[in-house]
Amino acid sequence: MKLTTKLLAATAIVSASAASAVELEVTHWWTSGGEAAAVSEFAKAFDATEHSWLDGAIAGSGGTARPIIISRILGGDPMHATQLNHGRQAEELVEAGLMLDLSDVAAAGGWADVVNPSNLLESCTLDGKVYCVPVNIHSPQWLWLSHAAYEKAGVDVPSDWFEYVESAPALRDAGLIPLAMGQQSWQTSLAFGAIQVAIGGTDLYIDVLTNKNAEAAAGAEMTAVFQAYADARSLSEGSNVQDWNQATNLVITGQAGAQMMGDWAQGEFQVANQVAGEDYTCLPGLGVNEIIATGGDAFYFPKQDDPAIEAAQKELAALMISPEMQVAFNLKKGSLPIRGDVDLSAANDCMKKGLKILAAGNILPDGVNAFSADTAGQIEDLMVEMWNDQSVTVEDAQARYTAIIADAD
Amino acid sequence: MAVTDTEDLGAGAKRPSRLFKNLAGKIAAIPMIFTAVVVFIGCTLWTIYHSFTKSRLLPAPEKWVGLDNYERLWGENRWLISIENLAIYGACSLILSLIIGFVLAALLDRKIRFENTIRTIILYPFALSFVVTGLVWQWILNPALGLQNVVRSWGWESFTFDPINNAEIVIYGILIAGIWQGSGFVMVLLLAGMRGIDEDVWKASRVEGIPTWKTYIFIVIPMMRPVFVTALVIISAGIIKVYDLVVAQTSGGPGIASEVPAKYVIEKMFLSQNLGLGFAASTMMLLSVLVVLIPWAYLEFGGKKNG
Repeated sequence: MKLTTKLLAATAIVSASAASAVELEVTHWWTSGGEAAAVSEFAKAFDATEHSWLDGAIAGSGGTARPIIISRILGGDPMHATQLNHGRQAEELVEAGLMLDLSDVAAAGGWADVVNPSNLLESCTLDGKVYCVPVNIHSPQWLWLSHAAYEKAGVDVPSDWFEYVESAPALRDAGLIPLAMGQQSWQTSLAFGAIQVAIGGTDLYIDVLTNKNAEAAAGAEMTAVFQAYADARSLSEGSNVQDWNQATNLVITGQAGAQMMGDWAQGEFQVANQVAGEDYTCLPGLGVNEIIATGGDAFYFPKQDDPAIEAAQKELAALMISPEMQVAFNLKKGSLPIRGDVDLSAANDCMKKGLKILAAGNILPDGVNAFSADTAGQIEDLMVEMWNDQSVTVEDAQARYTAIIADAD
Repeated sequence: MAVTDTEDLGAGAKRPSRLFKNLAGKIAAIPMIFTAVVVFIGCTLWTIYHSFTKSRLLPAPEKWVGLDNYERLWGENRWLISIENLAIYGACSLILSLIIGFVLAALLDRKIRFENTIRTIILYPFALSFVVTGLVWQWILNPALGLQNVVRSWGWESFTFDPINNAEIVIYGILIAGIWQGSGFVMVLLLAGMRGIDEDVWKASRVEGIPTWKTYIFIVIPMMRPVFVTALVIISAGIIKVYDLVVAQTSGGPGIASEVPAKYVIEKMFLSQNLGLGFAASTMMLLSVLVVLIPWAYLEFGGKKNG
């Protein structure tokens, strides 16, 4: 009897002390200079509470990290929090009840009122319950231009995609690579998305991606998109780097004229002490169609048995969306904050461009929201194959694309 | 009466005892039998069943779709390229690592000086994982850092050797790394087999005046058949599951030119979140192994019993 009481008391003490300080393992794939600086803002702030942040960075882009993250959750060894993109990547995990319900945190923080644009919160919500914390907005449709490269080639820095394509031969003549492109498959897929929005226009984008209209995918407007994509692939010849930040580095150092990359590239320019408008220029929507897709990153909290951990998870969730963290994190990362009520006067030119577009409401649903991971994977395979194999013709690729859209879900 | 009774009893007691004969050995084998039945056969059947379903991120046994996954699989360019790559990699790696392994083993077998040192050096790559091997060869074959650069710096300015960035020949770049890693192991296996051959065979062939190379090819190789079979099985298993080497060296690129089936399976299952398709692909991998294995096993084991 006495022993049992003692044991009970001991357990109570242990769990009490556990409740006061928990170490949370957080997985993410933010490993480039700018990204790492941004995520360490989260870690610092969380370490300042009684809990601590155990960093579980997975190198090698989301394509490498997501299978690891998902197989760990499915395999019964879940981390305490993990980055995933908005949208349908975690849909089935949520449906299977593997993620923590954050509705009470969301209600307490009034997320429904502060998150802007509201579709970010919607993509975290299933059956009226909130399962993830959006932390930033990323738009992939940007063209980054190196002033140093254009100076060397002796031409003016272009102001849109068409001027850029015209200027490409001059860059080639100067011994520069017109378009920097990493070899990882998501980057080629991203380039296609950017061209699709810019050249094809918003209506076509929505028609194909949201309505999954196969006729539109087979149409003449789409042919123009594929043609532009085929042009772009020959501009990137000679760019044999793997990671996106290595490609960005080619632009920063003036070895390449431009890169199509999301706004997260900004973090790299910032780390390299480059000034927007002086050393580099950014063109949202490739300068043709100034509109941005509002994808981004969100944190999910896989369910745990321990109530102490659960409490800490909720604390971390609330911290990530707080106004101070939103500013600190997004300034480092070069992404846009997910709430409209924070002060970003410290932002640079490019971020301000993004904020202006956001304020004007020129936003698109993002590709990952519209397609299942399966369909997105099929499109990625096609885009990668076409980009790297000159024998894949525009007609051929478009026919295969149309077939994928027809079966899309 | 009494005698027959005891005899009957004895016979009766003997029969069940056969089951318990060597009981300790059988008990020791239970975990392995259990693993083989439940894990290998059970999970294989489970996988094959689910390859006929529309399982996405989670297995969905109730969503039966028949052969849909297989139709889509064989309609996909990426899968066809993966199969083609595996065939090229498999055939070349099997033949070359056996030939290189055998030649190296035969050279070492000639009782040369510093045999131990040389053997260690040649076996050394086998101690490295495929990931390290892949990275090392990625650097060696990188035109700006590796081989091409070195040869050019010697004065041969027009020398071009860039397999990693050329879709046509990238699989041979991976092959080089695979053989570099694996042939040392084959050599050690075959060398052990050669050492097992009776010295008298060599004496006899010397008396007959048969040249050394002929002795190797017509006498030693046939006598080493079991060792070759072992080497063959180990190499083939390595070929079918090649994944990490490709991921580390090229990550399937340029484009999809160096994709392999194992990589396809992993990415469809966890990246594209389409378990059904991944299972269909892994079932096809199993089938391709069985197509090779069953006729061989029939010849190897079935033939002996009949003959």
